Amino acid sequence: MAEKMELNDVEVWDGNYAAAQALRQAQVDVVAAYPITPSTPIVENYGAFVANGYVDGEFVMVESEHAAMSGCVGAAAAGGRVATATSSQGFMLMIEVLYQASGMRLPIVLNVVNRAVASPLNVRGDHGDMYAGRDSGWVQLDAFNAQEAYDLNLCAFKIAEDINVRLPAMVHQDGFLTSHTAQNVYPLSDDEAYAFIGDYKPVDEMLDFSKPVTYGAQTEEDWHYEHKAKQHRALMDSYVVIDRVFEEFKAKTGREYKRVESYMMEDAEVAIVALGSTVETAIQAAQELRDNEGLKAGVVAPRCFRPFPFNEIRDVLANVKAVAVLDRSCPMGAMGALFNEISAAMYTTPSRPLITNFIYGLGGRDFSLDDAKHIFREQKGHADVGYITTPIQQFSGLRGPKLGFYETKRSK
Amino acid sequence: MAITSIKNLKEFSTVNERFEGAHLLCPGCAHSMIVRELMNATDDNLVIATNTGCLEVSTAVYPYTSWDTSWIHIGFENAATAAAGAEAMYKARKRKGTLKDPDAPVKFVAFGGDGSTYDIGFQWLSGAVERGHDFTYICLDNENYANTGGQRSSATPIGAHTTTAQAGRVSYGKKQKKKDMVAIMAAHGAPYVAQLAPNKWKIMAKGFQKALETEGPCFINTVSACTTEWKFDPKDTIHITDLATDTLMFPIYEIIDGHELNILYRPKNVLPVEEYLAAQGRYKHLFKPENKHVIEKIQKDINDFWEYLQRREEARV
Repeated sequence: MAEKMELNDVEVWDGNYAAAQALRQAQVDVVAAYPITPSTPIVENYGAFVANGYVDGEFVMVESEHAAMSGCVGAAAAGGRVATATSSQGFMLMIEVLYQASGMRLPIVLNVVNRAVASPLNVRGDHGDMYAGRDSGWVQLDAFNAQEAYDLNLCAFKIAEDINVRLPAMVHQDGFLTSHTAQNVYPLSDDEAYAFIGDYKPVDEMLDFSKPVTYGAQTEEDWHYEHKAKQHRALMDSYVVIDRVFEEFKAKTGREYKRVESYMMEDAEVAIVALGSTVETAIQAAQELRDNEGLKAGVVAPRCFRPFPFNEIRDVLANVKAVAVLDRSCPMGAMGALFNEISAAMYTTPSRPLITNFIYGLGGRDFSLDDAKHIFREQKGHADVGYITTPIQQFSGLRGPKLGFYETKRSK
Repeated sequence: MAITSIKNLKEFSTVNERFEGAHLLCPGCAHSMIVRELMNATDDNLVIATNTGCLEVSTAVYPYTSWDTSWIHIGFENAATAAAGAEAMYKARKRKGTLKDPDAPVKFVAFGGDGSTYDIGFQWLSGAVERGHDFTYICLDNENYANTGGQRSSATPIGAHTTTAQAGRVSYGKKQKKKDMVAIMAAHGAPYVAQLAPNKWKIMAKGFQKALETEGPCFINTVSACTTEWKFDPKDTIHITDLATDTLMFPIYEIIDGHELNILYRPKNVLPVEEYLAAQGRYKHLFKPENKHVIEKIQKDINDFWEYLQRREEARV
């Protein structure tokens, strides 16, 4: 039996250590991993927990991230709890197997500590890796700080392993900004955390030889379509379980999570929609603008990037006049992915707010309070005249001449 | 536990029925013989991982499966890692007491073709063997990417025609020698490594048993004659394999603990390699006068390698 760890009511943990502690408390059976900055400490710490008898699992240090996810798939199909962590290039190398993990309906938990994708090589945070996973069939939860990285890991196991979901789940946090910043974290005790997640319940496991299973079959045009549609439906419907798990988590801890988080949106005239640690910056900016300039600013943050909370976005932005959607990933020849999601959702509402797109923070470029305030004020300008007065897509915080694309075609 | 009744092929072929005859492999393909021998060589429960390739696409087309045991396919390169992951989970669950039948012995096996073993999955195999997982990896070596229509692999012998190393007016086919995968895997320090052939079925069954019973990662390269790409009549699979082993194109031997080499089959009459080459369409062009030097080179390589194997065996180091 693994030895329990005595934790204080409040610990000082960075996002990586918070995630590692959640993996220990979940008593993950197999972690197959390959280290990459900035996610490395998550698996290092799991390895330390194994080495010191705090978890009974197997720590398999493989020779690449592709092998890490391959080992996770083999282990998960053998009927136990599986997790790993990666970032950036490692995530890109894993992508082939991410699709296979979800296609086989294996509830693996992957911590993605968001980092820019080369070239040029960069170890700092942006959401290029996170976005590259958006069609891979995984639940994607986004933590904005260390506490959330801990909480959402506990929730992720419970969501992924639910018999009505049985899909893998990613927990995202921002590289360095969250992963390496020590903050106060309020953990559950080992017993409480494990009781919340529960025992792993094997489904179609390869180690039950009374019922042989075939994993990873081939389907061509006769069945492939139905399989993928069913998988999509499972992911679309997983919100029911996500909401329930968040409610159970709130009952246990008092900490409330929603698939779309909103701040000061009750009477907001303008809003920023963002992901990751930027959300806290935007909240601070909105508060200061409200206090000092009387600007009715609010912030919307999809906690759940997949399944995308289409309905909840429509509700929360229903009465807003102008929205800035912030994408921390270079869209390369298109509008930002989050902008497209938000725009698609709002196009199907009667209000159709003015929506602009900001690319920002690539490769860890700082996003300041002033940057956020500038964006809010610009939205207020759009709201006041009733049309978009700037390019629809702009680059925030970029050195050199201003970069922007597309003018509005709505009436001026 | 190892099956003991391997004196009689008819009896041995029916001791276990865990690989169903209903599959889509070409008539005359040696893959199914080799897979069947492996699965019949033990009574233990089997978890089998298979790389993408002929075996995989022919045995698990939804809603059917030929596998009456636990089976997984992920991608082209990672069957070794899938088996390793399952083996790690087995160890964790055994320790925690969450297995349904904790006392039943389980063996972990990965199959790959030469494409996935020698080329695209080489790193995954190397990593899994280095980590010492308790599993057996079996390469079904048909010396080309048969599943995609006969392209070269690093297991394709010099002089063979493939669609990506073509014999033509100014080319004699593949220019490079075959990679010595057995030596590479022995150099990993794997406790049991062998090269086996299905025509010598008793030797093969015993080699499989040895690998399955040996703790740690074992590697076996098996010659799998490919009727479609080697271009011979499907009824001649065993005949061609006989020629492969009797010309010493495919010597049968094992290496224990990375160094102790034992030759497992010595042909009474070693045949000239022309007999093997002439029986297959892929070598047809070598019999043109201008390509005579290639046959001479192949024969010389065979002689040299056989000499090397015998000296290694004698040296007992």
